[in-house]
Amino acid sequence: MFSMREIYFSEAVREALAEELERDPTVFLLGEDIGIYGGAFGVTRGLLERFGPERVINTPISENSFVGVGVGAALTGSRPVVEIMFMDFIALATDQLVNHAAKFRAVYGEQAKVPLVIRTAAGGGRSYGPSHSQSLEAWFVHTPGLKVIAPGTAEDAKGLLKSAIRDDDPVIFIEPKALYNQRMPVPEGEYTIPLGAAKIVQVGGDVSIICYGRIVREAQQAASALAGDGISAEVVDLRTLNPLDIETIVTSVQKTGHAIIAHEACRTGGVGAEVACRIMEHAFDYLDAAIQRLAAPDIPIPFSPELEAASFPSAAEIVEAARRSLGKGE
Amino acid sequence: MSEDLSQLIECYRRMILIRRFEEKVDELFAAGELRGTSHLSVGQEACAVGAVVALCPEDLVTSNHRGHGHFLAKGGDPKRIMAELFGKEPGYSRGWGGTQHMACFKIGFLGSNGITGGGIPIATGAALSCKLHRNGRVVLCFLGEGATNQGTFHESLNMAAIWRLPVIYLCENNLYAMSTRITDACLVENLADRAAAYGLPGQTIEGNDFFAVREAVATAAHRARSGEGPTLLEAKTYRQLGHSRGDLRIYRSRDEEQTWKHRDPIPRLGQRLIELGALTDAQDALICEQAARLVDDAVLFARSAPLAPTEELTSGKRCSP
Repeated sequence: MFSMREIYFSEAVREALAEELERDPTVFLLGEDIGIYGGAFGVTRGLLERFGPERVINTPISENSFVGVGVGAALTGSRPVVEIMFMDFIALATDQLVNHAAKFRAVYGEQAKVPLVIRTAAGGGRSYGPSHSQSLEAWFVHTPGLKVIAPGTAEDAKGLLKSAIRDDDPVIFIEPKALYNQRMPVPEGEYTIPLGAAKIVQVGGDVSIICYGRIVREAQQAASALAGDGISAEVVDLRTLNPLDIETIVTSVQKTGHAIIAHEACRTGGVGAEVACRIMEHAFDYLDAAIQRLAAPDIPIPFSPELEAASFPSAAEIVEAARRSLGKGE
Repeated sequence: MSEDLSQLIECYRRMILIRRFEEKVDELFAAGELRGTSHLSVGQEACAVGAVVALCPEDLVTSNHRGHGHFLAKGGDPKRIMAELFGKEPGYSRGWGGTQHMACFKIGFLGSNGITGGGIPIATGAALSCKLHRNGRVVLCFLGEGATNQGTFHESLNMAAIWRLPVIYLCENNLYAMSTRITDACLVENLADRAAAYGLPGQTIEGNDFFAVREAVATAAHRARSGEGPTLLEAKTYRQLGHSRGDLRIYRSRDEEQTWKHRDPIPRLGQRLIELGALTDAQDALICEQAARLVDDAVLFARSAPLAPTEELTSGKRCSP
């Protein structure tokens, strides 16, 4: 369809923003240091020069209120894309997201649209310590009225972000900060990817590895390693965490009978728990083994690069979990 | 100043409608017919009507938890507001919102708000839209004095100032945040002085004086429309009833309440209208009677309206994911 090229994950996000700014004059960007500096991770670099200060608006350090400004602007005919520099800082803005953005369509009905996107850099891998490395998606998955998107590849990040900007509901768009400086294949030209659809990134028949975000790469590596042992793993990238693509998950588990769930966020009350329960509800009779769940332990993410690395599910752990599930573990 | 006397009568009529509406809601709670809670604005009608009449019809208004008066001032339909309080299907939010969550975008009412200070950034964002779309509209943001201690107040005024947004923050200082007197929560005597911290003009006005409110908001709206940015207004007023249903008002004296009762904004405007020759006692009585009838009609409408359908809970129509 399209020819591919390799670009950085951050460039893919920037392309999505630039294309949507170009396409729709009601789109604008709002956030801390997103102007001349280009944001903490350089994602918006060059956009101020290209689109001007009415489309790329630097804010003071006031997360709750500039998210609220986004909500108010979205209610009145704009399509703001708000950057929260680190997902940890979204804690400061939960009131506007949870009590306002998420509620308006349900409460005010059809007259109220909140086409707001919150882009935020999440997760670890950069040794930024406990207040700059969290994956807080479960908070928002648990808030009806918010859509939650978590791409694990540059191609998906671009296509999903464009759809998120065009969507009439508030969307939390989670970018794994460890991927920004990774080069990945991205199609040339204009494309979008629908929200709410998972993707089978590798087809297999023996075990389903269900994951999202940065862990997709670990899962793919695990699948390659398992293939060497003659185990055919299917990798399901959720891409959208709310609404979950139950059908794709269930179809995969019905085929393989074995489910591994892996994510970077901590274990208790995480997205993995929800996925596991949905599998139980929809595919219990197909399961040949207990569901295996891999996640960060229930701890603040430590600073030390070694401790941090040991906190997240690795390809090796996914391999081990798959073997365990198939009765081939030690 | 040449006054449009018929417009003044309309404002007076609207203030009396709000008063009667709120009193009726109080009665319906006492009778056990309404459930949940409600925050009534008896005594604050000059703020709602004086401010809204100083705007253009296309201008936008955000409100707070004490929002029935603001909504009625902006042109909200008493029947649909009452139906919402009854949790009925024709209510503004089809029973999903209740007293603190109603909006009608068609008439520029962007919603009441259940979180203290929650509407301030939303008003600010609406003003950013107005500025970016160059539509000439201004936003009026109603807030209480309690909200001036929320972070959103300070963050939003600061952003509105640096971006010169067309927004008017109208703080109705009714002295009490639930039971906490403002003097126990803030040492600044006039809350309008807080504007100085953000490089904004601030003005304290007599909130029970319809004319003072109207004039201050008109000046602020002119400033906003000419691109000069936001204004903070503090209207000193008093809520004559409790904070919400069930408030026995043990934190304030009956003497204080009496003092403020003598400053009631409605007789004050009525007296002025009589002096202006715009109103007779007979006309005054008729206006009160008409307001009572409108409110009674609203109650009858709400009582006989169908309940909000439970099928909507899971239809996905009101909340997609």
